[in-house]
Amino acid sequence: MKVEEAKYYHQVDTVVVGAGLAGLRAALELARNNQAVGVITKVYPTRSHSGGAQGGIAASLANVAEDSPELHMFDTVKGSDYLGDQDVIELFVNEAIKTIYEFEHMGVPFSRTEDGKINQRPFGGHSSPRACFSADITGHVLLHTLYEQCLKYNVHFFNEYQVFSLLIKDDISRGVVAWDIRNGGLHIFHSKTVLLATGGYGRAFKITSNSFANSGDSLGLILENKLPLEDMEFVQFHPTGLYKHGILLSEAARGEGAYITNDKGERFMKNYAPEKMELAPRDVVSRAEQTEINNGRGINGQEYVYLDLRHLGAKKIMERLPQVQELALKYIKTDCTLEPVPIQPTAHYSMGGVPANIKTEVLKNGNGDIIKGLYTAGEASCLSLHGANRLGTNSLQGAATFGRIAGKSMSEFVKSNAYESLPSNPLEVANGKISSLVEGSGKEKHASLREELQKNMTKFLGVFRNEKDMLTMKQKIKELQDRYKKVIIDDKGKIYNLDLIEAFELGNLLVFSEVLIEGSLARKESRGAHYRTDFPERDDENWLKHTMAWKTETGVKLDHSKKVIIYWDRYPPQERKY
Amino acid sequence: MAKQKIKLKILRYTPEKQKKPYWSTYQLEVDQDSTVLDVLNEIHWNIDGSLSYRRSCRSAICGSCALKVNGQNILACETPIHKFKGKKLKIEPLPGFPIIKDLVVDMDNFFEKLRQIKPFLILKKPLPDKEFTQSPEQFSEIRESILCILCGACTSSCPSLWSNKDYLGPASLLKAYRFIFDSRDDGAMERIDMINDRNGIWRCHTIFNCMEACPKNINITEYISKLKVKIVENSI
Repeated sequence: MKVEEAKYYHQVDTVVVGAGLAGLRAALELARNNQAVGVITKVYPTRSHSGGAQGGIAASLANVAEDSPELHMFDTVKGSDYLGDQDVIELFVNEAIKTIYEFEHMGVPFSRTEDGKINQRPFGGHSSPRACFSADITGHVLLHTLYEQCLKYNVHFFNEYQVFSLLIKDDISRGVVAWDIRNGGLHIFHSKTVLLATGGYGRAFKITSNSFANSGDSLGLILENKLPLEDMEFVQFHPTGLYKHGILLSEAARGEGAYITNDKGERFMKNYAPEKMELAPRDVVSRAEQTEINNGRGINGQEYVYLDLRHLGAKKIMERLPQVQELALKYIKTDCTLEPVPIQPTAHYSMGGVPANIKTEVLKNGNGDIIKGLYTAGEASCLSLHGANRLGTNSLQGAATFGRIAGKSMSEFVKSNAYESLPSNPLEVANGKISSLVEGSGKEKHASLREELQKNMTKFLGVFRNEKDMLTMKQKIKELQDRYKKVIIDDKGKIYNLDLIEAFELGNLLVFSEVLIEGSLARKESRGAHYRTDFPERDDENWLKHTMAWKTETGVKLDHSKKVIIYWDRYPPQERKY
Repeated sequence: MAKQKIKLKILRYTPEKQKKPYWSTYQLEVDQDSTVLDVLNEIHWNIDGSLSYRRSCRSAICGSCALKVNGQNILACETPIHKFKGKKLKIEPLPGFPIIKDLVVDMDNFFEKLRQIKPFLILKKPLPDKEFTQSPEQFSEIRESILCILCGACTSSCPSLWSNKDYLGPASLLKAYRFIFDSRDDGAMERIDMINDRNGIWRCHTIFNCMEACPKNINITEYISKLKVKIVENSI
């Protein structure tokens, strides 16, 4: 495999990177308005991890109980531990309803109430049953429906292309460079707008619900371009990961009434969230579980507790939670209609990401300045809709709603802007990465480095954090970054080189993980999903603010001047109890 | 976790280097409860990085990792190796599709056939302000069919497709069912015209391979039969 010149050049008004819910919804918005759009995705679109979302998508339709956007807003603000930006949340809760009816009109098969409306179930941290669902395969049916709509509107897909670099110069986005995984070769995509919709960064952890694809590629590329990431310290640990595997068992199980119990058979949530019990938000339940485990009350003293669905009865389980039943049965041979299921917290959702304003334009700093033509939506982004902790079912809704908004923003932009010229040597960065991995003289293997990263991140940056652990991890990440320079891959071929893709992804994992660690070390408080045993209280006086972080030659540069947008008259910070 | 030694064969093919696929043998030690995907990862990460295959979610929902193991189409991520107890594993790509490299096959034609059946709601009535009404009974007509993850295991297992590459195949026909039997849809006639074709539904000879191959246990043959009845009813 040789470094090569630009053989393949594409010019298209908009390039969407990622074909999950956010990317597809944006592409559809553009295509419906007769705008040219190309979607670049490293997996076939229906393989995207939005399809892994199970339990539901939030909107205050009030189909089964009283509800309102205002209530949805309050729950989301409180769930975010007051770090969510309230202008973003307000837009979100109002647009959410429209997003759902649009989905239904596209043909999304939602489960129904007796009177034929979209059914809704309770979910953690939501004060009303607000989760619209399709059994427990909600993300799957949304993803497939959006993909099919994109086929209808002839969206052009570049399937199995991996973006290797962003073409940004003078604060203007000019396109991307991507590797054609299937045939080999770098392609230049020259565009007026780029949407980064590449999903979350859970793959930095060993125990995770995330797919292999969730390697935070956009985040690595943003840092490489001397741009910041926001609030990276906030990683959601989902309380019902399948023991040892980390695979998600939907929160819908608890929405439908499942219990969580310890070794004594106690529903221990009564000691942590007496009012909401198992339906407290995920950060609260995960901490409760980990506390039980740490105090020896895991099942048989082991690193897990039980999710107990038995009292729901086989009929309800098979109708409402077929995937939960199937996963437990297939992966750990546990029939949840007859036995409780071993669970543990699993790295699940990335609240932090690429900073953007309410129009999804990417920010270059905490002052609101933007990179022209660059947009982001979905889990890759930080708007900040979810603040320090996301509520279940707000992610699918966030991805879809802000995907649509991104499509609209980009549509307006391309109408009034011309193509900007490409940088003089657009392939230089991508070629450099490839040749280093293919032709280097080192002996390191990406698999062993990744294993060390993930094992240590789960150990030192998990549900409970403290300075000593994080400093240990800070040392470790430096060592791993150094060793990464010596990574060499076995496969030197051009065609479907999985080795190359995995090694490239590891580079991204290692660079954003450093930012995650430094952000966590600096934030000397506990808020939402970021919990420090050495600073167990929330500290609004000093820390009611966002983290902006850059990677520099000398390390990570942090800036905490970006204020949280708060409607002080309506939703002022309060103590967060459930 | 107890370890065990295993020996297996994988069909390898690198088009840049070889004219045709060949079998490669591996010996390794893995956890007893390993899945087929765990074994592939172990080989790729620690023995031979040049082995290529597809995988993503590892929870049987993305549909990336369908493969043929000891004659059966399965999802690598959810299938434990002890399922093939006592037998040497023989892993090969999904049959019926062109091989790109090793276990990776070209699925473009599979997705193109999906496009052909117009896999989207066709509406000839005005949109309501809120949702269309659909009863739980109407929803249950399509409830099982929407579980399809488009992994290709069914289509790849179908002898009718092996003999005629232009046949729509079970996955596309299941998708046609999902829309034709959706109470909200007004496009049944358009789709029926499409599938009532010489490369369409009548190529299904009710062999049931698709049903056996489906990792989601969808009764695909039954839904195809329901479609056949619908077509006959419509033509009377």
